[in-house]
Amino acid sequence: MRINVGYWRFIGMMLATLLIGAPAMAQMSDADTEFAEQVAALNARSFDEKAAAAQAIADSGHPRASTVLQALIDSRLYFRVVGGDVVLAEPTDGGFALTDPVTGEAAGTATQYEVRRVVINNAIRGEVRDLIARAGLTSPDATVRRDAVRQLLNNPDPAVAEQIATLIEDEPKADIRQDMALVLGLSRLGSDEPAERLLALDALRGSLADRVRNQVRDLATNDPDERVRQQAGAMLSNIEDKRQLWGLAEQVFFGLSMGSVLMLAAFGLAITFGVMGVINMAHGELIMIGAYTTYVVQLLMPNHIDYSILVAIPAAFLVAGAFGVAIERGVIRFLYGRPLETLLATFGLSLILQQLVRTVFSPLNRQVSSPAWMSGSIEVNAAFSLTLNRLYVIAFALLVFFALLAIFKRTTLGLRVRAVSQNRAMARAVGVSSSRIDSLTFGLGAGVAGLAGVALSQLTNVGPNLGQGYIVDSFLVVVFGGVGNLWGTLVGGLSLGVLNKFLEPQTGAVLAKVLVLVFIILFIQKRPQGLFPQRGRAASEG
Amino acid sequence: MIKLNRIRRQVAHAAAAGALAMAGFSGQVAAQEDPIKVGVLHSLSGTMAISETALKETIEMLVEQQNEAGGLLGRELEPVVVDPASDWPRFAEQARQLLEDEEVDVVFGTWTSVSRKSVLPVFEELNGLLFYPVQYEGEESSENVFYLGAAPNQQAIPAVDYLMNEVGVERWALLGTDYVYPRTTNKILEQYLKDAGVADEDIMINYTPFGHSDWQSIVSDVRDFGSQGKKTAVVSTINGDANVPFYTELGNQGVTASDIPVVAFSVGEQELAGIDTEPLVGHLAAWNYFMSVPTQENLEFIQSWHEFKGDTDAVTNDPMEAHYIGFNMWVEAVRRAGTTDVDAVKESIVGVSVPNLTGGYATMMPNHHATKPVMIGEIQPDGQFAVVWETAGEVPGDAWSDYLPESADIIASWRKPLLCGNYNVETGECSGQNYGD
Repeated sequence: MRINVGYWRFIGMMLATLLIGAPAMAQMSDADTEFAEQVAALNARSFDEKAAAAQAIADSGHPRASTVLQALIDSRLYFRVVGGDVVLAEPTDGGFALTDPVTGEAAGTATQYEVRRVVINNAIRGEVRDLIARAGLTSPDATVRRDAVRQLLNNPDPAVAEQIATLIEDEPKADIRQDMALVLGLSRLGSDEPAERLLALDALRGSLADRVRNQVRDLATNDPDERVRQQAGAMLSNIEDKRQLWGLAEQVFFGLSMGSVLMLAAFGLAITFGVMGVINMAHGELIMIGAYTTYVVQLLMPNHIDYSILVAIPAAFLVAGAFGVAIERGVIRFLYGRPLETLLATFGLSLILQQLVRTVFSPLNRQVSSPAWMSGSIEVNAAFSLTLNRLYVIAFALLVFFALLAIFKRTTLGLRVRAVSQNRAMARAVGVSSSRIDSLTFGLGAGVAGLAGVALSQLTNVGPNLGQGYIVDSFLVVVFGGVGNLWGTLVGGLSLGVLNKFLEPQTGAVLAKVLVLVFIILFIQKRPQGLFPQRGRAASEG
Repeated sequence: MIKLNRIRRQVAHAAAAGALAMAGFSGQVAAQEDPIKVGVLHSLSGTMAISETALKETIEMLVEQQNEAGGLLGRELEPVVVDPASDWPRFAEQARQLLEDEEVDVVFGTWTSVSRKSVLPVFEELNGLLFYPVQYEGEESSENVFYLGAAPNQQAIPAVDYLMNEVGVERWALLGTDYVYPRTTNKILEQYLKDAGVADEDIMINYTPFGHSDWQSIVSDVRDFGSQGKKTAVVSTINGDANVPFYTELGNQGVTASDIPVVAFSVGEQELAGIDTEPLVGHLAAWNYFMSVPTQENLEFIQSWHEFKGDTDAVTNDPMEAHYIGFNMWVEAVRRAGTTDVDAVKESIVGVSVPNLTGGYATMMPNHHATKPVMIGEIQPDGQFAVVWETAGEVPGDAWSDYLPESADIIASWRKPLLCGNYNVETGECSGQNYGD
């Protein structure tokens, strides 16, 4: 008898090994065994089989079903090369830490050669997202429910609508109820009863969502019922009008955000070129140094990516500022009053700095991660949302602007800088060390360029060529806004950004840039001093 | 020593008599004669250094391996590296220097189409050999150039087929950087899509300058274009740096691969190394090679690359495989010809077949293009691609696209009796049209 029991257990173990490849699971409950089979089926050959396995897992109602599905779309589900059983894997140093998908217990480690990812495609990813969302509809967590309804809005099939119809009454959050009503309304638009369709149209009034617009448009042209067509037509033109208005707002926002980047890049130049009159072709490279400082700071604090950027702001200012002072002391001070030589020397310097970065950091772009609080967007409505990283950059640019204004208007340093730039001899006569002020001013300009680098590291590539893309734009903004005037840089940068963004949809990005350049050339012909001519100069010359 | 040399010479004579003996014998003899010079023409500074540096190192590694295996024809290989610094005219100067002053036997190099076109006349004038490793727009076939990267029918067309048939895409946004490769490729694709019955208003074409960083309006346009109820995809020939802000903007505006997949022809493992790939998961790329392909050849290649670089995080990519194939083809052709003489190699290389890294074979066609498998990969969170689709076998490269009216009748064959890179089958003569304009 005893032998018999052992025999059967052995058979069971063998079966389990065959099915899921893990002998330890022989003692699992029936539900677990079935679930384990379904999970194992994810490691199938074809995408169709994988999709079916995912569906089976979702239907199983197993407590770990959503964990496994989430891992599947997050690409954290692997299978062992030997044996083929499916495991959850978290990357560690030199390999992976494995977890059993059914029990959630640790299952040892593996090197990168021992496990392979369970590959899925976009279609499965979308289906699994829907599956997770349907499970999430009943979650006690409001954010999970909100995301779930949002996800299902993309694909409101009748079964989903049915489920939501039973949930909508008990939903405590008003905004989630609203989204639920959208799903219901969309599904009722497909009803056979014209009266029902009219009611659904009423329910959807006010929504600007893509899906609503498309379905309403469809009804406006194809609906068999005259009244439905009319009402849908009216609603459609209403939606289109509103969307156009919001589209305009979006363009202004894009323009402001592009302008804020331009002016941030130009502030440093406004100081070195505008106030000191130095044509610094290495300005772009100072921006690049700021961006690389951000990268290095991030390397130094790998566990605090979210806050490293806050540390990077002062660090980039100081590093780029130090480079600036060194450049001024080492090169530029011997060349004051010789603009052509300054131009050539700083151009050479820019090439040297680029190659220096290539040698130290490699020619490859470096990855600067965005902190979590900077990615994503604020959705104002379905037709208009504000991307967060752009919002932060606009805010940062304004902050830098007001800080610079304060420095120039309220501090002794600012007073001395203005004094030296307006009348060097007189400033020296009253005891200002003009050469010290020169290097401090240049350092300040360079430091502000470094700040621009921190902002740019969040928007574009951190690589040796980062600065080159901004040097011409910076000069344009400074010259357009009026040399030596921070307000000019602010207004110049923002207006060029908005102008560019309004031209772009009509002309394409390439021509828009050309047109802006032509515009500035014509403008400078008419008004060589720029938007805001410097006022102090006249006083000093008079 | 003298005696040894004599013995060697005798053996060499014997070996020359039988070509088969040659291969086994070459392992013992090395470095007595002048080395075979292998020119490397890749930018190590400037904008293109980001992509080209790895290719220079690939050739150095392959040369090193070949020397360890006993060299070639009993001679050592010696790489001659120059740096054209991403400066197109300088490519031509350096090519001339390699061929005239250094007298190299073969050159591996160039990346952008404009750099290839700038060196082309030099290679034809001085009768050199150039192996070009990058996917390109086609519409070219030179007697002196071997195109190991994908022609449009080995990358763009299969990718569009995949999206149309497997994903069900009906609207197409063709986004590209403003230069010859994207413009020609998009011209071919536009014609191809229209032939497949796609309406004009379902195709959107947009070009941006090199290094474009402000993608807000374009991504917003694409989102709007894709929100009209038909499944939409972006076909991206955006090159280089500009991809990072493009994908970041897609992520920030909430466009996921499930809504609007982006299939890219210029984004590989190397490019993704500088990006936070988390928001890109599911976007696609079409190549003839992915680092993630689990064949034995590929694992060995990756391992030796890691050893060569001294960095276990170093990535491999498609143009590196193209160099691997090109280098091995050239080695095999030299072996068959028994000499590094350019004309002899040109003749012997057509038909040469060597293993690629993905479990198949690459064969050099008479039009100087190779056969390659086409794979579609989806971006994974770790910056690698997972292959979701591939062609049943290798696709032969088509130098002259059948989807452009001006090149539909043109074929290339450098085999006798045709010996022409732009033969017009209608008029029956060498049309002379070349260097794609």
